[in-house]
Amino acid sequence: MSAPTVVKLPPQEGATLPRRTYLNNEYGLKSWLLTSDHKRIAILYMISITLFFFIGGAFATLIRLELLTPMPDLMASDTYNKMFTMHGIIMVFLFLVPSVPATIGNFVIPIMVGAKDLAFPKINLLSWYLYMTAGIFTLAALILGGVDTGWTFTTPLSTHYVNTHVITAGLGVFIAGFSSIFTGLNFIVTVHRMRAPGMTWFRLPLFVWSNYAASILMILGTPVLAITLVLVILERTLGVGVFDPTKGGDPVLFQHLFWFYSHPAVYIMILPGMGVISEVISTFSRKRVFGYTAVAFSSVAIAIFGMFVWAHHMFIMGVSNYAALVFSLLTMLVAVPSAIKTFNWSATLYKGSVTFETPMLYAFGFIGLFTIGGLTGVFLGALGMDIHLTETYFIVAHFHFVMVGGMLMAYLAGVHFWWPKMTGRMYPEGISKLAAVITFIGFILTFFPQFVLGYLGMPRRYHAYPPEFQILNVLSSAGATVLGVGYLLPMIYMTWSLKYGAIAGSNPWQATGLEWQIQSPPLTENFVETPVVDWEAYDYEWLERKTEGEVTTVG
Amino acid sequence: MSHISPVIWQFLEKWLTNFALFPPEASQVAPYADALYFFLLLMTLVGVVIVGILVFGFSFKYRASVSPVATQIEGSTLLEATWTIIPLAVFMVFFVWGALLYFRIYNPPANAMNIYIVGKQWMWKAEHPGGQHEINSLHVPLGQPVRLTMISQDVFHSFSIPAFRVKREVIPGRYSTVWFTATKEGTYHLFCTQYCGTSHSGMIGDIVVQTPEAYRKWTAGSTSGMSLAQNGERLFASLGCNACHNGMATARGPNLAGVYNSKIPMADGSLVLADEAFLRDSILNPSQHSIAGYAPIMPTYQGQVSEDALIDLVEYLKQLNSNYRIQQTLTTADIPNPPAQQPAAAPQPGSAPHMVKQ
Repeated sequence: MSAPTVVKLPPQEGATLPRRTYLNNEYGLKSWLLTSDHKRIAILYMISITLFFFIGGAFATLIRLELLTPMPDLMASDTYNKMFTMHGIIMVFLFLVPSVPATIGNFVIPIMVGAKDLAFPKINLLSWYLYMTAGIFTLAALILGGVDTGWTFTTPLSTHYVNTHVITAGLGVFIAGFSSIFTGLNFIVTVHRMRAPGMTWFRLPLFVWSNYAASILMILGTPVLAITLVLVILERTLGVGVFDPTKGGDPVLFQHLFWFYSHPAVYIMILPGMGVISEVISTFSRKRVFGYTAVAFSSVAIAIFGMFVWAHHMFIMGVSNYAALVFSLLTMLVAVPSAIKTFNWSATLYKGSVTFETPMLYAFGFIGLFTIGGLTGVFLGALGMDIHLTETYFIVAHFHFVMVGGMLMAYLAGVHFWWPKMTGRMYPEGISKLAAVITFIGFILTFFPQFVLGYLGMPRRYHAYPPEFQILNVLSSAGATVLGVGYLLPMIYMTWSLKYGAIAGSNPWQATGLEWQIQSPPLTENFVETPVVDWEAYDYEWLERKTEGEVTTVG
Repeated sequence: MSHISPVIWQFLEKWLTNFALFPPEASQVAPYADALYFFLLLMTLVGVVIVGILVFGFSFKYRASVSPVATQIEGSTLLEATWTIIPLAVFMVFFVWGALLYFRIYNPPANAMNIYIVGKQWMWKAEHPGGQHEINSLHVPLGQPVRLTMISQDVFHSFSIPAFRVKREVIPGRYSTVWFTATKEGTYHLFCTQYCGTSHSGMIGDIVVQTPEAYRKWTAGSTSGMSLAQNGERLFASLGCNACHNGMATARGPNLAGVYNSKIPMADGSLVLADEAFLRDSILNPSQHSIAGYAPIMPTYQGQVSEDALIDLVEYLKQLNSNYRIQQTLTTADIPNPPAQQPAAAPQPGSAPHMVKQ
C-alpha cells in the first residue's frame, strides 16, 4: 500500500516544441471560428471570459472607488446601481459559471478520459457562439443605458418599477444559460460514453468527477432559470401576472424559482474549482489524493444536497418556520462534503514530497480562503444568525470569499497548471509566485473588512453609507487596488510567455493524468493511438516505472 | 500637527474614535444573537487554525528538499469518518442554536404593542395605533415589546435595525411581522436592506428609543387627532362597506363585529382564522375568500384603497365589537332599503380628500 516514489523532473533545456500541434494544424481566423476542436474552443472561451472578467473587474473598481467616501459623490445613484448590476451579471453568468468548465474543462476533460474530442464537438462550438451572443446582449444592455435590477432580477422591481434594459440583459442571461446547458450535456455524455479502454469511473481524475457533478447541476438547474427569466420578460412586456401581487401573482414565487437555480449555480461555479485543487495538490505533493473515493463522492453529494437548499436565501422573507428549519438543516448537511474535501486535501500533503510552484500557492490560497468562506456560510445557514447577517456586507464578503477567494484562485491555479499543456511554454515562475502572494494579500485586505462591516449592519448595494463605516470601506478599497495588481500581472506575463516562455516539454510537472502523457501542445486528435489505461489515477509509481525505462526525450 | 495633511488627520481621528467591531446591543435579543455569533467566530477560528496547521505543517515538514520521496497512502476510513462526523456534529449544534434564536426573534409575545410600517420607494412610514404618523423614523418605548406589522406598497424592501439584530423582508401584498424589546435609550440606524431601486441607500431612518414617559409625551404631542381605527371607521362609511356589512337581518355581507381572531367558515367548508392578512386580502380579493352562506358579490377594492387606508380599515375591524355605530350612520342617512343608496352615510364633503389616503 505504501511504497516510496521518487520523481525527478525531466531536464527541459533540450526540449523543443513539437512540429505539428492543434495550434498550427490550420491557420486563419476561419479555422478558429469554425473549429470543432475542443482545445481550440477552450482557447476561444478563455479569451472571451478573460475579456469579460476585466470588464466586470472595471465595474468593481468603480464601485470600490465610489465607496471610499460615505457621500454619493463619484456617480449618481442610478449609475452606481447599474455598476453593481453589471458587475454581478458579468461576473456570475459570463465569468464564474463558464470559467473552469468551459476553458480548462473543455481543454483537458476529453484528454483526461482518453478521447479525441467531446461527444458533440459542434454543440461545443455552438455553446461558445451562444456564450458570445449572451455577451453581446449583455454588452448591448450596458451600452444602451444599463440595467439596474441587481443581478438577482428581483420582482416586482424588475417587472414594473425600473425603466432600464431588463429584457436585453435578461435575454443575455437566458442565452448564456443554454451555453452552459450544452457544456454540461457534452461533459456528461463524454464521461459516460467516451472513456478509453480501461478508464473505469474510479480511475478518472477527480477533476472529471467534479466537472461531472457540476454538469448535472447545469442541466437540472439552468432550465429553471431560463423559465423564470421568460416569465419576468412576459410580465414586463405583456403584463402577465405571475409575480406581481396586484395582478394576483406572488412575488415570493420569483425568489423560489430564481434561487432554485442560483443556489445550485454556486456549486456549478465552485465544484470544477475543487477539481482543479485536487489535481494541483496531488501533483505537487507527488501523492495520490487522500481518500480518492470520498473526494469523488463528496462532489456528487454536494451536487445532490445543493439542489435542496435554495430557500436558505429566503429565511427572512416569510417562509414558514418549519420550511426554514428544514432548509437550515439541509444547508448544514451540504457543508459537510466541503469539510471532507478540505481535510482530505490537507491529508494528501502528509508524507508527500511537497514543492511550491505557482499553482500550488494558488491552491493553498484556495484552501485558506475557501475554509473561511465556507464556515461563514454556515453562519448564514444558522437561522437566527442569518436574520442579522443577511442582506449586509457580511454576505457580500462571504460569497466573495467563496467565489473570488475560492473559485478565482482555483481558476488561476488551473490556468497556471495547464498553461504548459495548452501553449507548450512555461509561464515565468518568479513573478507568478509574486502575483499569487499579491492576490492573496489583496484579497484578504479587500474582503475581510466587509465581514466586520456586515456585522455592524452596513447593507449591501448601498451607494451612500453612514460615516462611521468609512474606515473599513477605505481599507477594503485599498485592498481592491492590490487585488487589481494581482490580477493584471498574470494577464501580462502569460501573454509574454506565449512567445518568450521556456519550452515546457510534455510533462513538466511529472503529473499522472493522461493529458500529461501526450505532447504539449497536443495534436488536434490528442492521441496518436487510443490509450489503454491499466493504472489507477494519481499512480506516481506507474509514472516512475514508465519513465524509468525510456530515455527522457522531452517534446 | 500642521505637517500632517488634514485628510489623514481626520482619518486617524475617526479611526481612533469610531472604530467599532460590533454594533451596540440595544434589544433583548441582541445579547443572544451575539452569543451565537461569538460561538460561530470561535469555531471558525478553530477550523481555520486546524486546516492552517495541517496545510502549513505538512507542506513544511514534507517539503521536497527534506522529503524527496513521497509515500503513497490510499486513505483511511477511520480518519475520514472522524472528519465527517465531527464537523457534522458541530454543524448540528449551529443548527439547533440558530433555530432557537430564530424562534426567539420571530415569535412575538402576546402583550406586544402593534405598530404598522408601510414601505415604499424610498421611505418608511410608521403608523402608530393612536394615529401618530412618522416618516423615516420610529419612536418606541423602552422595555416594551413592540410588534411591527409591515407591508410594502411597491417592491420588496427589508426593515433592518442592526442594533436590535432584527430584520424582516417587507413584501408587497403581504403582511410580515417582526418584534423587539428595546433595552437601551438612544437613536439607532434603520436601513432598508433589500435593493429597491434608485434611492435604495436613501431609504434609511432613525429608531428612537425613549423612556416610557418620554414616549407617552411624544405620543400625545404628535397625534394627528384621529386614531387609525377612527380613520378606518370613516373609510368604512365612505367606501360604502356599511351598506352590506352592517349586521342587519337584510344585510348582504357578513357581520364584521368581533370577527377579528375568530374562525370563519368558508364556502368550501374550511375554517380560516381571520387575522390581519385575512381581513386585508378579503377587501382586495373578495372572490377568493367566499364566506359560507353569502353570495360572492363583493367587488374588489384592488387599486382603489392604499396600503395606509387598508391598515386603517384592518385596525378598525380589529376593534369593532358591535354594529351599533354602523347602523347609526345608516339610519341618520335615512334609507328605506339598502340597494337604493350606495355611498350610504355621506361624510362631511370637505374632508373627502382625506378619506382614501395615497
